[in-house]
Amino acid sequence: MVSRSSSPTVVLRLRGFRELGIIIFIVLISLVIGARNPRFLTWGNLHDMLLDTAILSILAVGMMLVLVTGGIDLSAESGLALTGMVAGMVIKAHPHLSPLFMLFLGLGLGSLLGALTGVIVAWGRVLPIIATLSMMYVYRGITFIISGGKWINAYEMPDSFKEMATGRLLGFSNLITIALLVYLVFYYFIYHTRTGREIYAVGSNLEAARIIGIDTTFITWLVYTLSGALYGLSGVMWVARYASAQNDTATGFVMTIVAACVLGGVSITGGVGSLFGVLLGSVTIGIINNALPMVRISPFWKMALQGIIILVAVMVNILITQSVERAQRRRRNEEI
Amino acid sequence: MKRRFFRWEWLLLILIIGISIVNGRLSTHFWSYTGLMDALAVFLEKGFMVLTMVLVLVIGDIDISVASITALSSVLMAMAYRGGLPMALAVPLALAVGVGCGYFNGTLIAKIPGLSAIIVTLAGSSLYRGIAYILLGDQAVGGFPSWYSYLAWGYIKGTHIPFIIVAFLVCALFYGLLLHRTTFGRRLYAIGNNLVAARFSGVPVARIKQIVFTLNGLMAGVAAVFLTSKLGSSRPNIALGYELEVIAITVLGGVSPSGGKGGIVGACLALLLMRLLRYGMGLKNIPGQVMMVLIGIILIGVVMVPQLVSTRKGKPLVRES
Amino acid sequence: MDRDPCPRVLYGADVENGILELRGISKFFPGVRALNRVDFDLYPGEVHCLVGENGAGKSTLIKIITGVYQPDEGEILYQGQKVVFANPMVASRYQIAAVYQQPASFPHLTVTENIFLGHPLIHPKSKRLLWPAMWERARELLRSLGSDLSPTAVVGTLSVAQQQMVEIAKALSIHARILIMDEPTAALTRRETEDLYAIVRKLRAQGTAIIFISHRFEDIYEIADRVTVLRDGKSVGTWKIVEIGEQDLIRAMVGREITQLFPKAQVTPGKELLRVEKLSRIGFFRDISFSLRAGEIVGLSGLVGSGRTEVAQAIFGIAPADEGKIFVEGKEVTIKSPLDAIRNGIGYLPEDRLHQGLFFPMSISDNITIAILDDIAPSGWLQPEREHEVASRMLELLKIKAPTIFHPVSSLSGGNQQKVVVAKLLAARLRILIMDEPTQGVDVGAKAAIHQIMSDLAKEGLGILMISSEMPEILGMSDRILVMHEGRISGEFSRGEATQEKLLEAAVNVERSRKREVNISG
Repeated sequence: MVSRSSSPTVVLRLRGFRELGIIIFIVLISLVIGARNPRFLTWGNLHDMLLDTAILSILAVGMMLVLVTGGIDLSAESGLALTGMVAGMVIKAHPHLSPLFMLFLGLGLGSLLGALTGVIVAWGRVLPIIATLSMMYVYRGITFIISGGKWINAYEMPDSFKEMATGRLLGFSNLITIALLVYLVFYYFIYHTRTGREIYAVGSNLEAARIIGIDTTFITWLVYTLSGALYGLSGVMWVARYASAQNDTATGFVMTIVAACVLGGVSITGGVGSLFGVLLGSVTIGIINNALPMVRISPFWKMALQGIIILVAVMVNILITQSVERAQRRRRNEEI
Repeated sequence: MKRRFFRWEWLLLILIIGISIVNGRLSTHFWSYTGLMDALAVFLEKGFMVLTMVLVLVIGDIDISVASITALSSVLMAMAYRGGLPMALAVPLALAVGVGCGYFNGTLIAKIPGLSAIIVTLAGSSLYRGIAYILLGDQAVGGFPSWYSYLAWGYIKGTHIPFIIVAFLVCALFYGLLLHRTTFGRRLYAIGNNLVAARFSGVPVARIKQIVFTLNGLMAGVAAVFLTSKLGSSRPNIALGYELEVIAITVLGGVSPSGGKGGIVGACLALLLMRLLRYGMGLKNIPGQVMMVLIGIILIGVVMVPQLVSTRKGKPLVRES
Repeated sequence: MDRDPCPRVLYGADVENGILELRGISKFFPGVRALNRVDFDLYPGEVHCLVGENGAGKSTLIKIITGVYQPDEGEILYQGQKVVFANPMVASRYQIAAVYQQPASFPHLTVTENIFLGHPLIHPKSKRLLWPAMWERARELLRSLGSDLSPTAVVGTLSVAQQQMVEIAKALSIHARILIMDEPTAALTRRETEDLYAIVRKLRAQGTAIIFISHRFEDIYEIADRVTVLRDGKSVGTWKIVEIGEQDLIRAMVGREITQLFPKAQVTPGKELLRVEKLSRIGFFRDISFSLRAGEIVGLSGLVGSGRTEVAQAIFGIAPADEGKIFVEGKEVTIKSPLDAIRNGIGYLPEDRLHQGLFFPMSISDNITIAILDDIAPSGWLQPEREHEVASRMLELLKIKAPTIFHPVSSLSGGNQQKVVVAKLLAARLRILIMDEPTQGVDVGAKAAIHQIMSDLAKEGLGILMISSEMPEILGMSDRILVMHEGRISGEFSRGEATQEKLLEAAVNVERSRKREVNISG
């Protein structure tokens, strides 16, 4: 059979166009900002920017997996705050603990929180939006309760812990190294393990996934647990980076995470999302956030801008899908 | 179906009575007339938002931007007043801002296929509060005329009935009639029960969605007027987290987040229940954060428990393999 | 009709060792007996066609073989051993695979993933996926099917034919010994169909047992070795294809004489109510023109997938046409939504009535009046008494069995639920009704009642456009019959000249396929 291979290339072009588009956007905006404020393009500032992006990019991976299954995890931001607060309290009480141990503590605690959310969504069959909105406030409330409303400040943390962020490996901050490690691990998991691909299958067609024997309930639970593991890890990194654990840590940050995802081409209806795209999305958000003060735009713009970015990105995603569908229909028309 | 729905409201009533008895034990003031009235009035700005959230959930959508709309309305109203606009005009401005934001949500959701209410209102919640921050930074604006505080604190002349309770009851009556006694209301249930069938039956789904979200914006504006009156000042972070409580109360009132079920009466009972719960916890000095945790758990419980019971008792929802 | 002159592939089936045998299979659904003691057998190396009208039980039989449904009676033997296909996974372990008309496994994933997700190649120790091996294998499988599709193409972006190819490759990847193809040619072009035949022949030569479902006689006489006819859930018989001619096959499918079940009264058509001119929707149908007059019932016939429903939904504004004009009572109208259509006096009875027509938790009364609220309650305030009056009248008219009009529709039996949708349409008092399979899934009594009502409505001066896959219904009820084939109108017959045979011929469109072949080669 002669395959009409025009269609896949059309889409590949569009998909590639999408990622290429973001890269061009990143370059352009960097040049414009660099022109207005040369300090922007210095190595020190770029490194700082990557440092900020490191945590966001890790969170975006977890959110992407949830979005790929057609869900959403609003509880990520307060889960992060809760693990961060616990980490802060633990390190304050036991300053001798190694940073590596703290990271694993974050991973473990986060996984527990995520697993709980996952149970509610997967087995309790509560709509993801309702379940995670609730858990967002539950985790935030628990953060307040265990801290008694107090902060953990920089001076209460040992230097070894704070070095997690300030220390460098091969010129890059440890946080960036951690983020790279996370991306390597998840690259392997998502693209080279059966379970990883099954996540996409569930998001692409739940019924068909069930028919070929995928345990869809387990997969649903798993993505929330993984999201939890990653926000747990991020919680510890966050506290180390900003050298304080606060009750309102990361309030509203879930918008930033979702923005990074949709900007990176993750579909909110499930089935679509790539690690590379999410990384690009996170970097773009990182640049915008970092650049605002550089071009003298008040940081108060950040929040509104994120809302606009989400809306525009989602609409662009929809437009791309629609144009692909239209091309397909036109092709079918030639056959009538 | 109908019978179970009535039972749900009875259940709420029993809980209300139970909690009232407990509250009465905790405080002798509780059963006094003024005590009761004050207890109710304190909380009611959320009630305005609940009324239209019922409509939003009945059509099977959700609006998580309401609290942000309230913040933006309040901030714009306050700034307009500070900028020289008489308060009597600033108040309608707040309502207009609410309508505008709601209309914006509704238009995007209704007119662009593939754009869900979740993502639009999620983005909206960031956008609207974000604009409030852009306008006002982290300042507060206050110093409103004294008559304005009457809205939240005043009583109907010659009585001990707070004005806000009357205002709320009027709105509740309006939305109750709209939902349960008009063709518009009937169509909302049709959309929530089966969107495709509704469209096939000639229900103008897009226009109705637009109207529902616009009304929800309007009531967020109304809530802004009363909340600002109560606080005496406005700042961009007011009403933070209200969306959870408003949605929780609505769902607790028997309105299913998957659409097509529940009504205004149940939501009002749930509002009362939640208020009494908060009152009692206030008496026991339980902090607000604990309350947040509890509300979250209640919301999940209310959605999850009936679902688990029905899947265990009856047939599974989808029969396959 | 002369047949393809080229020599037929010899019937090389391994008749000694049957691979699958169904004995006395029955399947019940609420109110319907979908299968009634059906026997069926299958040999390696044969193509066994399964034919029958819509609702004859073909898909139910397929779902039983693939483990989606469990039979209520009877047994399944696999290579002589009794087996139970408890779910689709068990069936696939027995190397049974199915390819559907509209394959839609995982549109967002690649060809390779769609082929291998259920049984990926995994490194024995590290458990990682062996992508290069899978790509290579996928490419081999596709190449063996004569396709040069890229293994990494995203399936959602492929054409229907290419997607089918992926599904066949998936079947090959589990070394399917039984391959079921459910109307695979319905959505294919002539050229693609030829390619598919070649593949089927090749698989047969390799000893695969193939169950091939099709409405097209071209398909059947081209590739079948044997054919089994199902009718009303029963097996009419199994023949070697060389032993049964087209006319006999049509007779076996249709079976019954046309009875007086269909009482369309003769009405002299009045003025024109609806006219469509050159209606086209890209990718679905093209150049559709016809008119409908008062008192007329026009039947719209054709195979499933020929574009009938799409035309109806375009006129009703669900998925508006891209080109063409619609006239209602001589005036041109724009219809962009069902609301527009209803305002112009056009009503639509959807085929999937339960999902597109009903509000289950709402009362019968609410369901019946939803489309006419503006007439009943012009002020916007609900008028319960008037609603109940209308609902009660409809309950009586259609003999809907319900305790009261206040009971939720979900509490009714399937047949009565169907009647509620009809009631909703009739209550609207429209001039033009489009009815998509109006009696599908209802029992004989209700069927007669619905036909009677349609006839009465026509007598009152309404115009009805009826889509139906049931030949006797089309022939009995229609004053005029339009037949569609691949998105175009391929035939028009008056009540007098139409026969089942003529309609079937137009629907499978032997003439046009031939012409197109000539066009392609020339």
